[in-house]
Amino acid sequence: MNLTLKVWRQKNNQEYGRLETYKIGDISPDMSFLEMLDVLNEDLTRKSIEPIAFDHDCREGVCGMCSLYINGRAHGPKFGTTTCQLHMRSFKDGDTIVIEPWRARAFPVLRDLVVDRGAFDRIMQKGGFVSVDTGSAPDANIIPIPKPVAEKAMDAAACIGCGACVAACKNASAMLFVSAKVSQLALLPQGQVERQTRVEKMVAQMDKEGFGNCSNTGACSAECPKEISVENIARMNREYFSARLTGTEI
Amino acid sequence: MSWFTETLQSSLGKKLLMALTGLFLIIFLITHLAGNLQLLYGTKDDFNQYAKFMTTFPPIKAVSYLLYASILGHAVYGLMLTLKNRQARPVQYAYNQPTANSTWSSRNMGILGTMILIFLVIHMKSFWYEMHWGAIPEVNGFKDLHGVTVEAFKSPLYVLFYVLAMAALAFHLMHGFQSAFQSLGWNHPKYTPLIQALGTGISLLIPALFALIPVVMLLTNS
Repeated sequence: MNLTLKVWRQKNNQEYGRLETYKIGDISPDMSFLEMLDVLNEDLTRKSIEPIAFDHDCREGVCGMCSLYINGRAHGPKFGTTTCQLHMRSFKDGDTIVIEPWRARAFPVLRDLVVDRGAFDRIMQKGGFVSVDTGSAPDANIIPIPKPVAEKAMDAAACIGCGACVAACKNASAMLFVSAKVSQLALLPQGQVERQTRVEKMVAQMDKEGFGNCSNTGACSAECPKEISVENIARMNREYFSARLTGTEI
Repeated sequence: MSWFTETLQSSLGKKLLMALTGLFLIIFLITHLAGNLQLLYGTKDDFNQYAKFMTTFPPIKAVSYLLYASILGHAVYGLMLTLKNRQARPVQYAYNQPTANSTWSSRNMGILGTMILIFLVIHMKSFWYEMHWGAIPEVNGFKDLHGVTVEAFKSPLYVLFYVLAMAALAFHLMHGFQSAFQSLGWNHPKYTPLIQALGTGISLLIPALFALIPVVMLLTNS
């Protein structure tokens, strides 16, 4: 395959970047998108051009490290797929592919296609955990959790924190991410002790980080590689309002 | 800041206010439409008597203040949210394909809302202001708002403006109705399909019937 790539190049957080055009040939349709970028980087290195910086780690679709806004879509043209699991067979020979970093005030660009997703970590630090002692691993079924509830918690826990929801949202809102993290613990018995303070603190941090507001377009869920449902956002709304109305912390 | 104002100033709280005022405005639309259909079916006196009742009966006057507050609140909070949302993405994508993941109306609620607000200012100047403070001649002991309406809708341009505004309202409601329930946290496998169907139904029916009134009046009075 021969392709024309328009890639966002940006030296650092201070300087303004621009799209650079690169031609690349001899790409196998079986390569993953990131392998294609590896080939391009080797080519750039040979030509003494600074290789393109992009985030990646497991390349198995589970770590949430890879990002990339490809041809106007978070993680590229396929639904329910991370960039590392996107293959070149999803493109046609001769295609022009535009590659940009996630764009959000809360995700500043560090270099080229790499953004700082530390805002997600700071939200998690506010309550995305269970800090009370829940004991060692209990025997199976000793804590009764209805199957549908366990399923919902597991679906929410599938969030890998990649930030595609923020990238795809027209408001750069982090509601899907935060709601998945809130839901996962609010649904399970171990999460009950900190249930109210957790949602209050995580939402407060989310607002502080400068993410936009949710306008229920559903773009987040549509582009989420783990197909997290907007049902979680409704649950977070319920959790938040109920915590604010009935919580004893003023 | 008390916990209450803090809640309403959070991102979720602002959305809660948008949802509550929005749903209240939808209830108002239904009442307003029901009353206005008298322009097509009732007599001139029926309508004028109804207009007097709606502007003088104390309980209705009380609710009308809630209505004004809701319109202003919905518009002001909508503007604040839109500005905040714009700030959240200072650098736009060079190439973006939002059509792949969301509906047009859901992405353009601010523009649609602004169009409706402009319509409201002109609409309220034409009828609401005239009814309260304008010099309207009396017919059979009632201010002749019916006559004012007939006169206004003799202009095809004015009627076209109403029809276009109602199209904007239809798109606004298409997303707004179901979105309000989501913001309230009401997302449930049993009720969400019903809410979505109801939302589509009312977002087509209400604006269509509203638009029908000036069109019919234009055709019958000119």
